[in-house]
Amino acid sequence: MPLSWLSWKLTSLTRLAGVRRAGCLILTLLASLTQAEDILSFSANPDLDASMVRSGYRFLTPETRSLQDDDFANPGYLWVDQGRQQFHDSGCNACHQEGALTGAATRYPQLDPELGLINLEARINQCVEDRLERPALKYESHALLSLSAYITNLSKGRPYQIIVTGAAEPHFTAGREYFFSRRGQLNLACNQCHDDNWGRMLRGDKISQGHPNAYPGYRLEWQTLGSLHRRIQDCDTGIRARPFPPGSTEYTQLELYLAWRARQLGLESPGVRR
Amino acid sequence: MNTIRLAVPDKATRGEIIEIKAMIQHEMESGHRPDEYGRPIPRFIIKHFECRYNDRVVFRAEFFPAIAANPFLSFFTRATESGTLEFRWIDQDGGVATELVELEVD
Ligand code: HEC
Ligand code: HEC
Repeated sequence: MPLSWLSWKLTSLTRLAGVRRAGCLILTLLASLTQAEDILSFSANPDLDASMVRSGYRFLTPETRSLQDDDFANPGYLWVDQGRQQFHDSGCNACHQEGALTGAATRYPQLDPELGLINLEARINQCVEDRLERPALKYESHALLSLSAYITNLSKGRPYQIIVTGAAEPHFTAGREYFFSRRGQLNLACNQCHDDNWGRMLRGDKISQGHPNAYPGYRLEWQTLGSLHRRIQDCDTGIRARPFPPGSTEYTQLELYLAWRARQLGLESPGVRR
Repeated sequence: MNTIRLAVPDKATRGEIIEIKAMIQHEMESGHRPDEYGRPIPRFIIKHFECRYNDRVVFRAEFFPAIAANPFLSFFTRATESGTLEFRWIDQDGGVATELVELEVD
């Protein structure tokens, strides 16, 4: 066994595991290389330590934070207002009383017996199609964003309440696998930026932990409000991977993993981001 | 219809200086950006804003392509008498968005 190979393996392993004092780990590894393979596959999936979880808000400049905090100046509230109006105008309130959907957004993505894993946008569209008998709203359309921003804002400050076990587990596992899989021409995985390098700068951005709790959110770069799936598309495009369409199963499974990973955080929508 | 957000006090005492905030949902497309196929996106902006207090203009602004989407304005005026504040945005094609707010002064 060439020593250079071994030391490469060890550095890449310690990097992956995020272990700073790796001394005892290295000793164990020297004792048994077959065991090293086990540890490698295990430690390649170290979910973000619960005590380390920080909202993307904490990585913003003071100016962007105060824009988010200002209930008037935060431009995301234009969509919240519009969504509230639409909720009345399109007859959602015939079945859902004002405020009755408070807390609903924290329970998505969730498993539907007929539709499989769905997020809030898909649930809204189910009501639009089956109960209002209108054509489904297009993902990322103004109308769907407004409704989802309004309904998500009703859960502001509440933590996620999602289920990842039982029948939902295969979806959760698929989402987690996506998070840890390298992809794109840059051959990077989500965790390499959002677990291993949060707090560091990437071009003009401070890399956060990649949490979903600000979305639907207003990005200054977009000059508009967008969904979580649009934000994930930007990350996939950034590593030159082909993004999945918003609303796809892949992104909804990823959304489930992200919600679980961020489970201590309160929803912030509409967040403001660079 | 563009969503409008206004912050105006319902009541004020005569002579009081009041702060007014106004925001409108608008893309303020500068005309300098390419779309995803590299074609220029046509310019589409608001050109003019004014606020009338009982028909007298108390604040006016001209907008240009470099102004960000969803423009937000905040300004001050003196409460002189009860009446109506009218907010009016006019885009480059003459399209108008307005909203009225009643102010009670005593
Ligand atoms: C004809 C009645 C009806 C109309 C109209 C209707 N819904 Fe629903 N909606 C339901 C029922 C029934 C459910 C499932 C039971 C529940 O969770 O309340 C539901 C569920 C939901 C949920 C999920 C709630 C949760 O706790 O998971 C959302 C979100 C929702 N509707 C949004 C809307 C929106 C937005 C509209 C208008 C575009 C709308 N609904 C119109 C009957 C309706
Ligand atoms: C090359 C580094 C990199 C990779 C790889 C990457 N991202 Fe990001 N991501 C960023 C940067 C930079 C931002 C913007 C600053 C921030 O909030 O982190 C961002 C933002 C986000 C946000 C928004 C966080 C917030 O609070 O607004 C989410 C969610 C996210 N990424 C998820 C993902 C997912 C899921 C993947 C894998 C498909 C991924 N990212 C891959 C760099 C990366």
